Amino acid sequence: MSLINVEKLSVGYDGNAVEKDISFRVEGGDYLCIVGENGSGKSTLMKTLLGLIDPLAGKISFGDGLKKNEIGYLPQQTQVQKDFPASVYEVVLSGCQAHFNWRPFYNAQDKKTADMFIEQLGITDLKKRCYRELSGGQQQRVLLARALCATRKLILLDEPVAGLDPKVTEEMYELIKELNDRGTAVIMITHDIAAAIRYADHILHIGDHIFFGSREEYINSDAGSFFLKKQGGDEK
Amino acid sequence: MMEKLLLYLSRPFVYYALIVGVLIALCSSLIGVTLVLKRFSFIGDGLSHVAFGVMAIAAVLNLTNDMLIVMPGTVLCAILLLRTGQNSRIKGDAAIAMISVSALAFGYLIMNIFSTSSNLSGDVCSTLFGSTSILTLTSTEVWLCIVLSIMVVLIFILFYNKIFAVTFDEDFARASGVKAGLYNLIIAVVTAVIIVLAMNLVGSLLISALVIFPALSAMRLFKSFLSVTVFSVIISILCAFLGMIISILAGTPVGSTIVAADAAVFIICCIAGAVKGGLRR
Ligand SMILES: Nc1ncnc2c1ncn2[C@@H]1O[C@H](COP(=O)(O)OP(=O)(O)O)[C@@H](O)[C@H]1O
Ligand SMILES: [Mg+2]
Repeated sequence: MSLINVEKLSVGYDGNAVEKDISFRVEGGDYLCIVGENGSGKSTLMKTLLGLIDPLAGKISFGDGLKKNEIGYLPQQTQVQKDFPASVYEVVLSGCQAHFNWRPFYNAQDKKTADMFIEQLGITDLKKRCYRELSGGQQQRVLLARALCATRKLILLDEPVAGLDPKVTEEMYELIKELNDRGTAVIMITHDIAAAIRYADHILHIGDHIFFGSREEYINSDAGSFFLKKQGGDEK
Repeated sequence: MMEKLLLYLSRPFVYYALIVGVLIALCSSLIGVTLVLKRFSFIGDGLSHVAFGVMAIAAVLNLTNDMLIVMPGTVLCAILLLRTGQNSRIKGDAAIAMISVSALAFGYLIMNIFSTSSNLSGDVCSTLFGSTSILTLTSTEVWLCIVLSIMVVLIFILFYNKIFAVTFDEDFARASGVKAGLYNLIIAVVTAVIIVLAMNLVGSLLISALVIFPALSAMRLFKSFLSVTVFSVIISILCAFLGMIISILAGTPVGSTIVAADAAVFIICCIAGAVKGGLRR
């Protein structure tokens, strides 16, 4: 049974579909990239998967013992305001609330988990720092650590490298790949088709045509080759 | 001067006022941090006007204990405001502005038409600015205030982590199974309760200051949620205490004195924050 199985899903706001008839599945340990033009509904799809907005039609089923709140999430642009006072440790620890149910406080296990991911993502030095004073790349690492505190099974990343410089972007991709190699399934939205083809094993393309398949199938498909050519053309 | 102070402190009504004042300051600063960060500070303002309107109705109906209708009325409005705030059709702040200004207007209108009091403008003024009401508290009101404050503090401590999560990043919190709607509701209800309590201390026009200033001051100096929360509670209690003592000694209005103290501390914190930031660079 797959982690997530999506069948003929329509997503959108207030009854108006942004994208229709999306079907795909994610198995444990998969690395799926969602690509498509701006405004094609990638973030909307992700929010629907997370249960933040209701699907307009179709079905999302979770399997493999994955519970609905066992998904780690890295939002596209956090609405975190510029002046929000929060230490890195407070932010990372808040990911552990996924296991709270009605428990009001963090326990020793939660703190151990948070410390572990803080170390794994190389932000130990920043633990006491104020979140809002970090660079973009550091902030993304903090949010990734928070997502991992929520779950190790599946993380959803919405354009995790937007606004990062090339070197930090590369580091971020490697970090995500490393997590994937350790067994965490990844669903990542990206603009960067080259990266998608380099790292992902499955690709979901949404837009005028919807495509879902393995990386090889995508490269050979119409949508894929068109997009690849276009990106190649942009760079020249 | 010391003698005058001691003389006053030996009277129960001053005693009561100090206890109630400190408790209200404690509660309002707790919720203040969240309201400021959630960009909800306007709700506090709107609710205080609503409370004024309901209070006017209570005064006209000649109710002996107006808390009985002001409290539920304001809580109800808080829930309504929260609902409309989430509705995308009417913008949240426009809805709040509409409701709060109408409540203010209707409240004054009702008082003007139906009031039997000979000193109408005095009554209105004291509801708006608090004036002497804090010194005329009955022991029932004091106990009510103590019980409600303890409940507010307990709720805040119990839900502290959830409130942090919902305030910091509501989408993430909801995705990881935190019932954000429920906590937003709790925040709104607690805000309403605090505002009704605080009307006794500073009157409805000055409540926002009591709620917002300590949080803003603490945010100038501290960088983690916990330290900001703790420090804003300390600031708020100190200012309320000092403000009340000064107002007793100098005969100034209680509410305005407290708010003036809060404003002064805010300015000090701004300067201290700028100096601190400058030193690091
Ligand atoms: N909260 C919202 N309410 C209504 N429409 C929205 C909302 N957010 C996004 N949209 C619309 O949905 C469409 C898809 O947006 P989105 O999923 O963010 O695209 P992207 O693929 O770039 O992530 C856009 O046309 C956008 O205008
Ligand atoms: Mg997007």
